[in-house]
Amino acid sequence: MAFNIYDFTTLTKSIHEGLSSQFSPTATLAIEWTIVGLAYLLFVALFGLFLVYAERKVCAAFQQRMGPMRVGPWGLLQTIADFIKLLMKELIMPKNADKFLYNLAPFIVIIVTFMVISVIPFAPGLATFDFDIGVFFVTAVSSVGVIGILLAGWSSNNKYSLIGAMRSGAQIVSYELSVGLSLITMIILAGTMQISGIVEGQRDMWFIFKGHVPAVIAFFVFVIAGTAETNRGPFDLAEAESELTAGFHTEYSGIKFAFFFLAEYINLFIVAAMATTVFLGGWMPLHFGDFDSFNQIMDLMPGLFWFFFKVLGVMFLMMWFKWTFPRLRVDQILNLEWKYLLPINLFNILLMAAVVLFGLHF
Amino acid sequence: MDELREIMITTDEIKTDEYLINMGPQHPSTHGVLRLLVQLEGEIVHNVQPHVGYIHSGIEKMAESLSYPQIGHLTDRMDYLSAHQNNEAVALCVENALQVEVPERVKYIRTIMSELSRLASHQLWWCVMGMDMGALTTFFYGLRDREDILDIFEETCGARLTVNYSIPGGLMFDIHPNFQRDVKAFIKKFKTKLPEYDRLLSGNVIFTERTKGVGFLSKEDAIAYGVTGPTGRASGFSCDLRKHRPYSAYDKVNFKEILSDVGDTYARYQVRMAEMWESMSIIEQLIDNIPEGDYAVKMKGVVKLPEGEFYQRVETARGEFGVFIVSDGKKNPYRVKFRSPGFSNLFAINHIAKGWKIADLVAIMSTFDLVIPDIDR
Amino acid sequence: MKSIIAYITEILKGIWTLLTGMKVTAKYFFTPWKHVTQQYPENRKTLKIAERFRGEVIMPHNENNEHKCTGCGICEINCPNGSIEIITKSLILEDGKKKRAIDQHIYHLGMCTFCNLCVKACPTGAIVMGQNFEHAVWDRSTLTKVLNQPGSKIMEGVKD
Repeated sequence: MAFNIYDFTTLTKSIHEGLSSQFSPTATLAIEWTIVGLAYLLFVALFGLFLVYAERKVCAAFQQRMGPMRVGPWGLLQTIADFIKLLMKELIMPKNADKFLYNLAPFIVIIVTFMVISVIPFAPGLATFDFDIGVFFVTAVSSVGVIGILLAGWSSNNKYSLIGAMRSGAQIVSYELSVGLSLITMIILAGTMQISGIVEGQRDMWFIFKGHVPAVIAFFVFVIAGTAETNRGPFDLAEAESELTAGFHTEYSGIKFAFFFLAEYINLFIVAAMATTVFLGGWMPLHFGDFDSFNQIMDLMPGLFWFFFKVLGVMFLMMWFKWTFPRLRVDQILNLEWKYLLPINLFNILLMAAVVLFGLHF
Repeated sequence: MDELREIMITTDEIKTDEYLINMGPQHPSTHGVLRLLVQLEGEIVHNVQPHVGYIHSGIEKMAESLSYPQIGHLTDRMDYLSAHQNNEAVALCVENALQVEVPERVKYIRTIMSELSRLASHQLWWCVMGMDMGALTTFFYGLRDREDILDIFEETCGARLTVNYSIPGGLMFDIHPNFQRDVKAFIKKFKTKLPEYDRLLSGNVIFTERTKGVGFLSKEDAIAYGVTGPTGRASGFSCDLRKHRPYSAYDKVNFKEILSDVGDTYARYQVRMAEMWESMSIIEQLIDNIPEGDYAVKMKGVVKLPEGEFYQRVETARGEFGVFIVSDGKKNPYRVKFRSPGFSNLFAINHIAKGWKIADLVAIMSTFDLVIPDIDR
Repeated sequence: MKSIIAYITEILKGIWTLLTGMKVTAKYFFTPWKHVTQQYPENRKTLKIAERFRGEVIMPHNENNEHKCTGCGICEINCPNGSIEIITKSLILEDGKKKRAIDQHIYHLGMCTFCNLCVKACPTGAIVMGQNFEHAVWDRSTLTKVLNQPGSKIMEGVKD
């Protein structure tokens, strides 16, 4: 292997062996779980903060502004200051709210994001779970998040929240289809649902190049549907601040609001990471068939760099959408899914099946 | 007992209940403290009831205790985006009552200023419209270009928003030496920016889908509700006072009255976009031909209107603005009434928005270009 | 078949309009140094305020601590909001005649709407509009100012 030095497998293996020699198997497992859990917590918190900062800067650049500039150099500490402020805020609960569900909703939303993030391979050897149904797991678990949004909207006892939650429900249930189907298109090409297998299958060439036309269509469908699933503009109907003030999280304050906020950005990361993994080769460097010298130069950069480079690229695309387009109306959003994305997707699956069947891919 | 009754009602028949929702007084899309009591069935609007008066400032009553030159500065604060036109209306009304003829120079400058402030108002409307539709970036592009006009105002009038520039008898100051140069530079710059507005928003498929065929107002209804300005003209109601009752220098310029017979949200949008081009053409016709002369006629220290009733209308960015002064010969008016365009336009909203969705209500409301102090006065 | 072509052209047209919009925002994204916002208050030194900008009413004094105000009270009458109060005193001149003079020209900045009517009405040009716009204070009472400086007197030759 050319990029062995960047492989995390040896590191994780050595940690495992070190711990096994000291503790019993159960204790080892418990310690490893704790380490992994803490690592994810740290990653989500830090990367979430970074994403909020990045979004604000990107948005500022689109709008000919400078964005946060006051706290720290170039406003780098702005989101940390915001986070501290959110932590210190009073948690207000509406009088007639359903207390249990109201408190539960942000946790459901944030837990789901943690569950999905666990299957994403950041670099060689740097993924927690690697099932044989990895892609299926992502689509299945990410759709649980909508329950949190529905609960938040319903339990807040606010009409704006309820409308937002209902919109979000209709939207996410519909767009699940497109996300799933566009992933299926790629699974036909990959021949496996295991995420490590999918990444490994792109060693020669990324799937978006390998599958050419149907893969590109699937990629764009996935990005559009993924944007819709994260409730981001132009599909931010659930929070539509000019219509519903803040939609489903109108009544949330302090850290509970921060959970929704963080979950939104981590969901953005998840969609971008899935797009990267399935279409753009995950942590695989840019390889083209037989150009060995080119491939070796590309191998010099670590998998972690490649992964985040691609993820940030896809995320930039989604931010670009958000800061350019007006919001769709609720019936148009369903029209877009059922009249456009779904038929395109179904046709695309057929196309991909034909491409794979007749070996028309590269 | 109440619980039992509730159960009996709900088990009786399953039906969708209408519910009421308060949009405002604090709501992002009402652009101020307007309160709309919206009756909804799911997402569909069944009834909209505007409640006004949350920032009623009693300007009409206040005007009764002020002298005529002093009234002008209060009208800045009504429709703050059409401050020039409001000032002009008061000034024209007093001048007509006193039968004072102002110099040509004043008329030209007033017309240019009115058109500049119409442009500024439409720019703000455009960017806020985009924001209401969810395209937040438009807001900054619109404000960016509006800033140039405000700088011109600041240079000549000494204030950016509440200018108090047209006063009975003429103008507060003469134009700044750089005025013509700056206005020409702005027009040149804005002519490249306006097509960008179209590329960013007007042509956008999401925008056209959301506005075309949404929220119709027929010509008959526009006249019945007294809907004037670009909102009325989008329904085919030819109500441009600049054309029909020319004042200041409007009889000396060539311009089209923008009319559309469609009457939907997109038509209201397009009429305003076209009006921006017309305003620029009016300014271009006048800016190089400002005649020399005084910038004001000498007025008496205490302005007293003859006994009687006086009315003057002007076309602001929102529609027909009227000043009605009843004088009993003293230095203060006996009664002042302002006919503000926003007030009449607002009450057509129930008629238009019925049957459309909440998102459409927001879009319709933003094509009305409401300024709340204009409604409440 | 026709409807399918129409369907596809509709999609492509839609995508094209979206791309034109994205091109506009991209143009600004890739020229971030062309931002239009200003970094106030860091740019205080380079800040340009128009010379006619109406920030507050001031009474200019010359180097001998003299002003042009005769205390006639026309500005007080012309002010729509009652933000100007004129307190006069009587000076006894050398020849025994009494003469009205300004004691305190009180200006309530908190009530002022910067309409310029007082400046326009002033017969001697004693008050003008200043460009200072940073009026935030901790105590509201500091917004009430006395415009004529202590010990100042009227300039020679300025008459009602």
